[in-house]
Amino acid sequence: MSALRESLGFLTSRLRQVGIFVALILIVLLFQILTDGILLQPQNVTNLVVQNSYILILAIGMVMVIIAGHIDLSVGSVAGFIGAVAGVMIVHWGWDWWLAIPACLLVGALVGAWQGYWIAYVGIPAFIVTLAGMLIFRGLTLIVLQNQQITPFPGELRALGGGFLPDISGGTSVLEWLTVILGVGATLALVIQAVKERRIRKKFELENEPMAWFATKTAFIALLMLTITFLLASYRGTPIVLIVLAVLVIVYTALMNNSVFGRHTYALGGNLHAAELSGIKTKVVTFRLFVNMGVLAALAGLVFTARLNSAQPAGGTGFELDAIAAAFIGGAAVTGGIGTVAGAMIGGLIMGVLNNGMSILGLGTDYQQLIKGLVLLLAVGFDIFNKNRSGKGGDSIIKRLKLKSPPAAGDDAGKPADERPVPVAAGN
Amino acid sequence: MNTPILQMRGITKTFPGVKALQDVTLQVNRGEVHAICGENGAGKSTLMKVLSGVYPHSSFDGQILFETEPCEFSSISDSEKRGIVIIHQELALSPYLSIAENIYLGNEQAHRGWVDWRKTNLEAAKLLARVGLSENPVTPVQQISVGKQQLVEIAKALSKEVKLLILDEPTAALNDEDSGHLLDLILHLKGQGVTCIIISHKLNEIRKIADAVTIIRDGKTIETLRLGDGEITQERIIRGMVGRDLESLYPDRDPQIGEEVLRIEDWSVRHPQDHSRMVVNNASLNVRKGEVVGLAGLMGAGRTELAMSVFGRSYGTATSGKVFKHGTEINTGTVSAAIKHGIAYATEDRKLYGLNLIEDIKRNVSMAALRKLVKGGWVDKNQETLVANSYRKDMNIKAPSVAAITGKLSGGNQQKVVLSKWMFSDPDVLILDEPTRGIDVGAKFEIYTIIAKLAAEGKAVIVISSELPELLGICDRIYTLSAGHVTGEVPIAEASQETLMHYMTKEKE
Repeated sequence: MSALRESLGFLTSRLRQVGIFVALILIVLLFQILTDGILLQPQNVTNLVVQNSYILILAIGMVMVIIAGHIDLSVGSVAGFIGAVAGVMIVHWGWDWWLAIPACLLVGALVGAWQGYWIAYVGIPAFIVTLAGMLIFRGLTLIVLQNQQITPFPGELRALGGGFLPDISGGTSVLEWLTVILGVGATLALVIQAVKERRIRKKFELENEPMAWFATKTAFIALLMLTITFLLASYRGTPIVLIVLAVLVIVYTALMNNSVFGRHTYALGGNLHAAELSGIKTKVVTFRLFVNMGVLAALAGLVFTARLNSAQPAGGTGFELDAIAAAFIGGAAVTGGIGTVAGAMIGGLIMGVLNNGMSILGLGTDYQQLIKGLVLLLAVGFDIFNKNRSGKGGDSIIKRLKLKSPPAAGDDAGKPADERPVPVAAGN
Repeated sequence: MNTPILQMRGITKTFPGVKALQDVTLQVNRGEVHAICGENGAGKSTLMKVLSGVYPHSSFDGQILFETEPCEFSSISDSEKRGIVIIHQELALSPYLSIAENIYLGNEQAHRGWVDWRKTNLEAAKLLARVGLSENPVTPVQQISVGKQQLVEIAKALSKEVKLLILDEPTAALNDEDSGHLLDLILHLKGQGVTCIIISHKLNEIRKIADAVTIIRDGKTIETLRLGDGEITQERIIRGMVGRDLESLYPDRDPQIGEEVLRIEDWSVRHPQDHSRMVVNNASLNVRKGEVVGLAGLMGAGRTELAMSVFGRSYGTATSGKVFKHGTEINTGTVSAAIKHGIAYATEDRKLYGLNLIEDIKRNVSMAALRKLVKGGWVDKNQETLVANSYRKDMNIKAPSVAAITGKLSGGNQQKVVLSKWMFSDPDVLILDEPTRGIDVGAKFEIYTIIAKLAAEGKAVIVISSELPELLGICDRIYTLSAGHVTGEVPIAEASQETLMHYMTKEKE
């Protein structure tokens, strides 16, 4: 009984994180029913992953920028620009893919450095700099492409967008075994990691999730991963871009949680003044965040171009909005300091499933945009509503405590009297 | 001449857990300049907020009689209708609007909803002439100096046909010349029949212009001195301001003072916006190993500004002077350089500048020295938890675990987190700015104990505080600052509240 109550209490305290997860599941189920099961057919699941990969890549960089209290409106144009640059390098100049890809990422870094300079060192708000960047890089895309698309790209680059890992069974088996090995391996690794972290939290007497919730959550995530593995394996196997994405998610989650850079990002988004007065070089951190965003935007541009097999003048238009929406639906705070890479991925998937499901249903872009807009508004509205409510609850508890305690000077009057140490009389 | 214009009787104002005012009585006669004196936090500003309706009449006990009529103000606009206007210490002008627009802000000279600009500017010009300000009324307020902005505030008050003008520390932000001008203006207005209440720390100013002084201490009226009663002497006022019972709230210390650790020489800082103002002027001081040194000063004396400018130029411009550590000159030009040289500064405003309130205790503790926790390129989070846990025990931080969000802790516990953060950066010199502000009595004792312990461990500690008993209770030596100058250096054996207050109110020529 008490375990149940504890679990419920925990769930309400984490309403946001749990809510976003539940929302994703509900949306998947809803469209699974509405589309008569087409949504979760192996081919469509593969499509879902590939179609959304570039938005998810952008969302990783975007959530980091948002955590630091900034925004980047230019990523769509930058992705389009890099697509154009790749087209010129590979198709016009005949560069090999192994040379062109690093070169494109370097151009992305330079773009990020350009914007980061204005934001971090000149002090222009990121909204303005990246709004300008949105125009600048769209313009450059048109200039580089001379208003015409560039196509076709060689197979090696196209594999980045639509390729799969090789089938080790040579096409004889129903299931693609390499995918099964990778999927099961990843699931095992995830479960082991989760158990390990829980042990550590226990060892250091940190608040832990209730056992029931932990077990349910972990089992559910494992089941989900195995299902996706099965679905992918019964179509054409693991898309190469999924491997890229998985590596990025792992690396960036570690970076944000366990590196000095990531921790400084949270610190400066949470309280810029306190971060500065703690000796954090806030300008350097901001600059690096935008360089990183530029590299990820370049990668997203390459994946998108590879998938379309053409660099187009309008390529990447509106990507920034999907990436920003993904970060906010995934729980990032508008004021900075809060957000996770994993949350942004779930936010991105919610947007992706909505897109995909509504397309299968044959809804027009008009209704698709309407519904996506409402989802974004509701997700962030729920967040703020939830925060206000818990804020009020906290207040009333404090007030109740204050009424009970005798009046005393200072902010701490709310503390019960027995918690206060007895002042020692010093004869001075 | 001796008819009272304002009588406040038995004013008692309670904040949750604190009695800010207790049975305060104030009588102001028509046409006089009445000064209100008291230490920081004595309740002067609260009393003026009660009078001007910032705190509505239902939120306090007591009676206010204005021109012999009882008043029940529910908002500032109620009191302004009766001719009571308050000018706050932080000026409430809109920087991008013109002088004339600011004067008539909320009281626009309009005809059927359309602003009559001719009338606005003409009337504003007349008011500016009355306060002796020769500026064009269409000049944006941003372009004139703080001193002149103060005059615009007074012109604004005059536009409301003020009978009782309240000025809360009007000269705290002004240079000497502007201050002098303002005081002359107050006397000039007195001649025109405007009654004035002035809150000020500067006793020489009070002596210059006031007809009567009411002294408030710990939320109570101590006494009202009138010029007719004889000379208002500085000593008399000081005695009234500080003469409270010393409560024994400080831990015993046995100071073991060693060699000099930090020396600041000829330190000068200018105001970041108003470059003509020297906020810190040629200040020199030092602190030795195991010593607790106090910095005493009234509001605007430049204590925080001195500390923050030394700590990585975090305040002010055109900073000059030298910092020596163990006799060698060091460069503290950035915060990270200051931290590397073993200096730590715990801010007076921990919520705004000290803590990341949305993060947990451990991440706040590690914030200033995260690199100490790096192992193989990654932050060792287990080590971080261990470190935070050990501080939680040492400092007696009351929280369920080190994963508790700091924004939800009480003031005292938040302050302990800030102190933990700086202790983890392993400094040789700790500058603690108002370390017990907003903290209850019990937690204060704990903070004092921590300070004593730090000194006993051989750290050099500088404490900035507005509470003189606190400085007298924990320091070995106290510097006093007044208007940016170091005006005194008092060993604890010779220090008393009276001597300190004497130096704190001393003007350097």
